[in-house]
Amino acid sequence: MERNEFPYLEMNHVKKSFEHLEVLKDISLTVHQGEVVSIIGPSGSGKSTLLRCATLLETMDEGSLSYLGKTAAYMQKDLSANKKPMSDTNRRSIYVKQGELDKIKRSFGLVFQSFNLFPHYTVLKNLIDAPIHVQKRPKDEVIQEAHALLEQMGLSDKADYYPYQLSGGQQQRVAIARALALKPEVLFFDEPTSALDPELTGEVLKVIKQLAETHMTMIIVTHEMEFARKVSDRILFMDKGYVVVEGTPEEVFQSQNERIREFLGKLKKD
Amino acid sequence: MAFSVMLTELTQGFLITISIFALTLLFSMPLGFIVAFGRMSKNRVICGITQFYISVMRGTPLMLQLMVVFFFPGYVLHIPTGNGWRFPAIILGFTINYAAYFAEIYRSGIEAIPKGQYEAAKLLGYSKSQTFMKIVLPQVFKIILPAVTNEVITLVKDTSLAYTLSVIEMFSVAKQVAAAQTTMIPFAVAALFYYVFNLLVSFVMNRLEKKMGYY
Ligand SMILES: Nc1ncnc2c1ncn2[C@@H]1O[C@H](COP(=O)(O)OP(=O)(O)O)[C@@H](O)[C@H]1O
Ligand SMILES: [Mg+2]
Repeated sequence: MERNEFPYLEMNHVKKSFEHLEVLKDISLTVHQGEVVSIIGPSGSGKSTLLRCATLLETMDEGSLSYLGKTAAYMQKDLSANKKPMSDTNRRSIYVKQGELDKIKRSFGLVFQSFNLFPHYTVLKNLIDAPIHVQKRPKDEVIQEAHALLEQMGLSDKADYYPYQLSGGQQQRVAIARALALKPEVLFFDEPTSALDPELTGEVLKVIKQLAETHMTMIIVTHEMEFARKVSDRILFMDKGYVVVEGTPEEVFQSQNERIREFLGKLKKD
Repeated sequence: MAFSVMLTELTQGFLITISIFALTLLFSMPLGFIVAFGRMSKNRVICGITQFYISVMRGTPLMLQLMVVFFFPGYVLHIPTGNGWRFPAIILGFTINYAAYFAEIYRSGIEAIPKGQYEAAKLLGYSKSQTFMKIVLPQVFKIILPAVTNEVITLVKDTSLAYTLSVIEMFSVAKQVAAAQTTMIPFAVAALFYYVFNLLVSFVMNRLEKKMGYY
């Protein structure tokens, strides 16, 4: 595969508030193709919000966002060289046209904490409906690929089941397969195992690990520290709307930063 | 009057009852969707108007609404209406009343679909209309079916209100025959008709619910 000179994802100085709650205070994140980046941190620190901004489910207040060098959003001041300086209240992100955003959206998939499978579709239909009716790819080919994906997920015998007939771990693997069926360049995961019983997390982490081995670009929010340590090229520790520590797994887990020590210490006690 | 003559008259009334029932459903069910969308509109004016319409329809007696629909063209607009207006007025009155009830049922169903379904659809690239038609609507059907069944059963019984505008449906026939013959039998037969009709409705709706129970 040709290596693109641009990082897959580049977010700079992202800020986001809900009402008066400042959730993201100044976040920058760059993810290169083939990289696995994990985001850890206490709940409420803004991890999901960051992921939702990156996947265009949420709009940023400030900051810029680009995918493979294509701009999705930019800071207004960047283009106003010929105008008078912006006042602070006018500083905000401007998004490009919907058509451009739609093109960008096709390049990534997102796996939710709560699976969000379509309950009225069988497993197979969950996988093939969007490739057939959104991407307009040939049905036979899509079905063949879907079966291969299900096999990869260890779910070959579940194609005709409905989501309610599956365990949480199986549902989450279907959700991963559904995202992969669209052949995204990148997968985002928002706490993919947090809704699962402990004995089911392993099977989901295993398929994510397998994806990492194929050098799928992934951005994973997780509370599974051992998993993050093994699978990630880079880890970000977020706290209260900032990235407090960023580095290789060794760097992050050996960091002497007070807040991360406290966070990791608490996890051990649980 | 022979029993068979009475039965024939009641049956003719029953056909009118069924027409009122079927036409009301035919018009009010789709209209309910339009009203529901108005009610959920982000446009304050549209939302306000539909909200007011719904509250009037639900907050005043259906019998009164039928009277208003019937007399409005003549008394207010001074358009002469003859006997021919009775039946359309009934259908119109029932339709605008039931559309309001259906609208609230649809709305509650649409709002019961988790936000995650919309977000998943968006991420998978479905357009807004695809999301609604393929993902949301089928799930809404399943959710609202019991409430719709209730409305439909109520409608079977409400059709008897048509007698207020002298539309000769089954209940009117029963009343006339009963008064003329001083007998309770027509009422008993009418009750049986309504009851069997509703059994049939329940049966059909049950089958539908079972069919939707695949997930
Ligand atoms: N749509 C929203 N409206 C209002 N507040 C929100 C919304 N989404 C998230 N928040 C708040 O933002 C903060 C960060 O949330 P989140 O990004 O979900 O954190 P994390 O994923 O790290 O647990 C929380 O206090 C949460 O209550
Ligand atoms: Mg979260």
